[in-house]
Amino acid sequence: MAVGKSVNRMDAVAKVTGRAEYTQDLYKPDMLVARYFRSTIAHGKVTLINVEKAKNLKGVEAVFTYEDVPENKFATAGHPFSLDPGHKDVEDRLLLSQDIRFMGDEIAIVVAHDEIIANKALKLIHVSYKEYKPLTFPEDILKKDARQIHKGSSNIVGEHEYAFGDDIKEAFKKADVVVQGKFKTAMVQHCHLENHISYAYMDDLDRIVIVSSTQIPHIVRRLVSEALNMPLNRIRILKPFVGGGFGNKQDMVLEPMVAFLTLKLDGRPVQINLSREECMLGTRNRHPFFIDVKTGIKKDGTIVARQMDAISITGAYASHGHAIISAGGSKQSSLYPHVATQFHARTLYANIPVAGAMRAYGSPQILYAVECATEDAARKIGMDSVEFRLKNIARQGDMNLLSGKRILSCGLTECLVKGKKFINWDSKVKEYKKYKTGPVRRGLGVACFSYASGTYPVCVEVAGVRIVLNQDGTVHVMVGATEIGQGSDTVVAQMVAQTLCLPYEHVMVVQAQDTDVSPFDTGAYASRQAYVVSNAVFKAASDLKDKILGHAGLMTQRQRKDLDIHNAKIIDVYTNENVMDMKTLAVDSFYHKERGGQLTSEISHKTTTNAPVFGCTFVDIEVDIPLCKIKINQIINVHDSGVILNPVQAGGQVHGGVFMGMGAALLEEMMIDTKTGRVYNNNLLDYKFPTFVDLPQIHHDFVETKEPTSGYGNKSLGEPPVITPPPAIRNAVLDATGVCINALPLSPHHLFTSFKKGGILDSKGDADV
Amino acid sequence: MTDQGFREIIFSINGKQRTLYIDIRSSLLEVLRNELGLTGAKEGCGVGECGACSVLVDDVLVDSCIYLAIWADGKAIRTIEGEAKKGKLSKVQQSYVKEGAVQCGFCTPGFIMASTSFTEKNKGESVTEDEIRKAHAGNLCRCTGYQNILKAVEKSIEP
Repeated sequence: MAVGKSVNRMDAVAKVTGRAEYTQDLYKPDMLVARYFRSTIAHGKVTLINVEKAKNLKGVEAVFTYEDVPENKFATAGHPFSLDPGHKDVEDRLLLSQDIRFMGDEIAIVVAHDEIIANKALKLIHVSYKEYKPLTFPEDILKKDARQIHKGSSNIVGEHEYAFGDDIKEAFKKADVVVQGKFKTAMVQHCHLENHISYAYMDDLDRIVIVSSTQIPHIVRRLVSEALNMPLNRIRILKPFVGGGFGNKQDMVLEPMVAFLTLKLDGRPVQINLSREECMLGTRNRHPFFIDVKTGIKKDGTIVARQMDAISITGAYASHGHAIISAGGSKQSSLYPHVATQFHARTLYANIPVAGAMRAYGSPQILYAVECATEDAARKIGMDSVEFRLKNIARQGDMNLLSGKRILSCGLTECLVKGKKFINWDSKVKEYKKYKTGPVRRGLGVACFSYASGTYPVCVEVAGVRIVLNQDGTVHVMVGATEIGQGSDTVVAQMVAQTLCLPYEHVMVVQAQDTDVSPFDTGAYASRQAYVVSNAVFKAASDLKDKILGHAGLMTQRQRKDLDIHNAKIIDVYTNENVMDMKTLAVDSFYHKERGGQLTSEISHKTTTNAPVFGCTFVDIEVDIPLCKIKINQIINVHDSGVILNPVQAGGQVHGGVFMGMGAALLEEMMIDTKTGRVYNNNLLDYKFPTFVDLPQIHHDFVETKEPTSGYGNKSLGEPPVITPPPAIRNAVLDATGVCINALPLSPHHLFTSFKKGGILDSKGDADV
Repeated sequence: MTDQGFREIIFSINGKQRTLYIDIRSSLLEVLRNELGLTGAKEGCGVGECGACSVLVDDVLVDSCIYLAIWADGKAIRTIEGEAKKGKLSKVQQSYVKEGAVQCGFCTPGFIMASTSFTEKNKGESVTEDEIRKAHAGNLCRCTGYQNILKAVEKSIEP
C-alpha cells in the first residue's frame, strides 16, 4: 500500500545532490541576456525616450521600446480559458508601456551579450515623463474625478455581491448584540527562492521554444499564443524543476517577452533572469484588502448574521484581478454555513506593484477578517473562543448554501478538539489570568478556516494522465499536474503504485514538463492538483491494470476476472497462485510477434466536485509591551485534508504554510510610500521573512476523513496552512493585552502605535502598567 | 598575474586540482556555474542575503555570489556536487531526504553545505536546537518553515 506511507520524494536525491536542473541551470552557448528599463515614477506617461546611445554600445544587440511592441492588449492571469465571456480575464497589458502605472513599470528592454553590458546600456537610455499624482488610497482611487489608471476602467476592475441564508436585515433583527470591525491586510510577497526566469529560442523558422519557471505550462502556451497572435502548435513550453512559486508563477510574466525577443532576433536564444529586487517589484504580490465586518450574535453564542464589505487593491494591472477577492469571499459559506451572510466586494487599480495569485488566493485576507470578527463576537458575550466556534462551525452533512452542495466530509470539530488539547487550552486559560498585567503578558489564540480543493464550478477542472508499462514491468507516468516543489509528482506515483499494486520504486513520474508531450492539465494552483488528478490517476491506473490482466489472460488462457496484481506479480484470485511476474508479462506484451503491444492508458478527466477542507491554528504567545515584541511559545495547525497521502510530505506543507502565515502575521509587508508609490524594501534584507532563528518549532496534526468524491479520499492541503496563523496570533494578542489590532503585520512599529492608542504604553514607550 | 582584467587561478574543487584563467570581476559562483558547469549552487539574490549559493572555502561556509573567484586562488572549494561519493549520499544528504527537508529544492544545495559545515565542526559534540538554528540563519528557505531541516540536522549529527 503506497498511499498513506511516508515514501521519499521522487526528486529528493536529484535535489540533495544538486543535480536537479532548474531554468537557470540550463544554458545555450550563444544565449543573449535581456533586461528591462523600468520607470522611476509611479504614475505618468513617457513623453520622450532616447535609446540611441544604448543601441550603439558595443555588445548590445537590440533595444526595444513601447513603440516596437504589438498593440495587442493581453491578460496574464493563469486561469483556464472560460467559455463564459463574463469570466474573461481583463486584457490590460502590453509587452512594454508608454503609460506608467507603477514605479518599476516596463518601458523598454535591452538585449546584450551579457548582463554587465545590458546594465551599462540601461544607464544610457534617457526618458522624459509627464507625471500624475500616484493613486494609492481607496478614497483617492474612487474619487469621481480621479484619473483613470486604465482608460475606461473608472479604476474598478470588478465588483460583486452575494448573500446566502435568511434575509440579512431580518437576521440582524434576531441578534442580541452586533459587533463591528474594520480590518486591513498588508501587501506581502511570495519570495520563492528562485526568481522568475525564462528563455526562448526558435528550433525552426516559425516555432518558439520557451523554457520557463512556471506553475502553468499549458496555460502559458495559450496566453503566449494570444499575446503574440501565434498558433498553439508553434509554441512549446518546457518546465524544468521549479524553485517555488506560491502563486507568483501562476501568471504569465516573462514568457511573452522572451518569445517576442527571439522572434525579433532571428530565433536566437534570449534569457530574462530577474534580479531579486526586480522580482519583488515587478512580478506579483498578495492583494492588500480593506474589510468592514458586522456580526450579529445571540447571547447563547449563535452567530445569526454577518455582513462584509471588502476592497481589494490589485495595483497597476489586473492580473488575477477580481477573481482573488471573489474566491476569498466564497469560503466562509462552508466554514459558518448557518450564518445569514451578505458579502460585497470591489477590486481597484492603484499605482502600486501588481498583485496576483498568492497561496490561498484571497482567503488569508477574508478569513483573517472573519476570524478576528468571530473572536470579537465571542468576547463581547463572554464566551470561550473555542466553544463559540464549536457552536457555529460546519459539520458533515451541512449544506453549503452558496454552492448548493452538501459538505460530504468535515472534521473541523475534531480539529478544534485536537488543537485545544495540544495547546492545553483550559488550564492555560486559567494560568494566564495571572499574566494580563505587567510589561510581559501571555495569551492564547485560535482561528479556523475552510478552503476548497479546486476551482470548480468557477473554472473547468481537468487533469490528464498517461501511464505506460515499460519492458521490465516498471511504469512511467506523465501528468499535466505541475510539480513546483509541493510534492505533486510523489503523490501521483503513490496513487499509481497503489492502484497497480506495484512497489513505489517501480513507478517513475516524468519530472519535467513539455507541452509538446505532457498531457493537458491547467497546472499548480488552488491546491487542486492532488484532488483533481486523483480521479484521473485512478481511472488511468485501473484501465492499465485491466489491460495488463487482459494480456495475462491471453498468455495463460485464463479469464481476466480470475486474475489480479499483487506486489508486482500476477496472481490467481481464487488460489493466490503466483501466475507470473510483471516483467515476464511486459516482455511478452512488447515482443511477442502476434499478441499484445505497449500497454498504455491515457485519461483526461474532468472533476465536477470541489471538496471543502477545514482546519485551525492554536497559538500560545507572550507579548513584551515595552519592546513591542511577540514571542510565540507554541503553535499548532490541525487539518482535515481527507486521507493523508504522505504524512511526512504533508507535514512539510503545513510547516511551510504556518511559517509563511507567521511571517505575514508578525513581520512581512511590502512597504510603499503612499505619496510616491515607491517600494522601500524589495530585497531579502529589508523585506523581513522569517529566518531559522525567528520562529519556534512548528507543530501539526491531522484529522483524517475520507472524501468520497476523491480518487484516494484525499482533499487539498498546499495552501490552507497559511490562512489562520495571522488571525490566531492577533486573537492571542487581544487575549494577552486587551488591545484589538485590526491590521497586519503585528510588527513592532504597528504594535507600538496600537499599544499607545490602547493606553498600555505611554508616548515615550514606557509601559503603563 | 593579471592580463587585461584576466588572471590565472589554481584551486582545488571537490578534491581535484584545477587551473582557470578568469575574469577578475567574476564571483566564485559565476566561475563554478559558468566555467566549471557546477550548477548545484544557485543564485537566489546575488548579494549574500539568501545563502542559496553557499559553498565551503577551506571548510569555511561562504556565499559564493559575493566571494570573488580570485580569492579562491590556492584554496580548496567544496560544493554540493562533491558530497555524494561512489553513488552514496552523505549522511547530511540522507537525512534531508528521509526527514522531508526538501521541497522545491532551490535552497537545498546551500543548506546542505551549511549543515555539512556545522556537523563536521561539531562532530561528536552535543548541540542545542538554538545552535543549529544560528548556524543556518544565513540560509533562507520559503517552503519548509525550517522544521524538517531542523530534524534533518539533528539526525545528521547523531553518532
